Amino acid sequence: MAVIETKDLTYTYPGATKPSIQDVSVTINKGDFVILTGPSGCGKTTLCRTFNGLVPHFYNGILEGEITVAGLKVADHKIHELARHVGLVFQNPENQLFALSVEKDVAFGLENSAMPRDEMRKRVDWALQMAGISELSERPPHELSGGQQQRVAIASVLSMQPDIMVLDEPTSFLDPVGAEKIFKVINDLNKKLGITIIIVEHRMDLAAKYANKVIVMNEGTVTLTGTPRDIFTSEKARLIGVGIPKATKLYQHLKRQGVTLNNVPVTTEETANLLLEMLKHD
Amino acid sequence: MIEVKDLHFSYPTGLEALKGINLTVEDGEFLAIMGQNGAGKTTLVKHFNGLLKPTTGEVLVNGTSTKDISVAKLARNVGFVFQNPDHQLFSESVEDEIAFALKNFGFEEETIKKQVDWALNLLDIEHYRKTSPFMLSGGERKRVALASILAWDPQVIVMDEPTIGQDHQQKEKLQQFIMQLNSQRKTVVVVTHDVEFVAECNPRVILMSQGKILVTGKAEEVLTNPKLVAQASIVPPQITQIFLKLADLGLPTDVIDVHEATKILLEHLRRRK
Repeated sequence: MAVIETKDLTYTYPGATKPSIQDVSVTINKGDFVILTGPSGCGKTTLCRTFNGLVPHFYNGILEGEITVAGLKVADHKIHELARHVGLVFQNPENQLFALSVEKDVAFGLENSAMPRDEMRKRVDWALQMAGISELSERPPHELSGGQQQRVAIASVLSMQPDIMVLDEPTSFLDPVGAEKIFKVINDLNKKLGITIIIVEHRMDLAAKYANKVIVMNEGTVTLTGTPRDIFTSEKARLIGVGIPKATKLYQHLKRQGVTLNNVPVTTEETANLLLEMLKHD
Repeated sequence: MIEVKDLHFSYPTGLEALKGINLTVEDGEFLAIMGQNGAGKTTLVKHFNGLLKPTTGEVLVNGTSTKDISVAKLARNVGFVFQNPDHQLFSESVEDEIAFALKNFGFEEETIKKQVDWALNLLDIEHYRKTSPFMLSGGERKRVALASILAWDPQVIVMDEPTIGQDHQQKEKLQQFIMQLNSQRKTVVVVTHDVEFVAECNPRVILMSQGKILVTGKAEEVLTNPKLVAQASIVPPQITQIFLKLADLGLPTDVIDVHEATKILLEHLRRRK
């Protein structure tokens, strides 16, 4: 079942001379784990902003074509209505955090939804714990490191338990171990709670193992969609500059030298297993 | 040359962020500083251009203590590109942004024009010359911030997380560009979490944890040591992860590069036949 569907979606920011996204038609199904990628400035962030109505309701400008999110036509529904279904974690956490304590930031969305106090307490604690920042609950967000702020931003969206979470490079400020933890949290939300995940990411080595779909954008349009395996073996994706994970690159380099593994790997586990398999049978 | 001698630093809140750092950064060197969030990486590099001054110990830039020289003077030698470009950008247009520091340093108009053109071209943003930096994407803003520092040609360039928001091609360009700077004897210091970027560039690596330096060495030595890497909250490069899983076959585990990995595997296959 489609939870996000766009048809020929075109959007131009106020004062801009050309559209940031053009004729974008994509379908995202319930439970999908989608990586949205493409060169910087290709319109990824703008497309994400249409999913919760920031475009066009906050940024104004001209939106053409159709977009339906969780059954709601974005053009006809306000941001706060869409926010019940779609949580957006910004690229830069500073643009999202504003309260005097982490806890208040995480509770903000819930307070606005008039949830009973006990329930709210539980939700906030759960979200803080999931993001691994329970011990920071009293701290002012602006005093935290970039990585910690990123976790707060994720927790504040998590607390709303939306149907769809859109995360714009959610781990860019985190150390690799912290990033893996966040990806595991996001993966749990996807696999256990069925939340649809859309992640904007350049670093395929981090995201590829969790995703079932990759959307590649270039110069405002969607140029490719497919499974990670499809995309990483696509010549077109390579030319656009999609970062192929080293696990897949090693497969490609070996193939060029006449050694072909039994399948195209997208993770280090897959590559290692395929290599072990080959070397044992040799 | 930057010399850091028994540097301790505490924030006014009392948090001791650096606990005795000793380090020498040579001219023309490419150094990557890695480690967990809150390890003190950014605090350390902010000492290189005098934005922060040691609580105890000292930092010498070309032989002069950062305590004896103003940030404005130091900046001529040490350019600092912030993690978050929004902390740096403020001008009406990309062009003005890049020209700003050059004007402050008192360069002649002719030179300013030349340097601005050079930096715009270098970072692939000449088509945004008249655009407001705030209209640009995160990755593009990052490049504007970098261009505005490079334009005045400092001897040392410190970049805090330069690969955030950069696509694969931009990262490759950044890598080439750093190599080019090194070949001109410029010093490049990068703070980064991007293990794959470091594996490709192969700089000297410093791992930090809890205000101290854990280890310093070549990327292929440091990033392939699972114990040290875990202590610094880092994950080994993908190629290393694969080779660690193949260790039982008698293959080396200190591999970070995909070309070298291919060579080793082909050689292994040849020998077994």
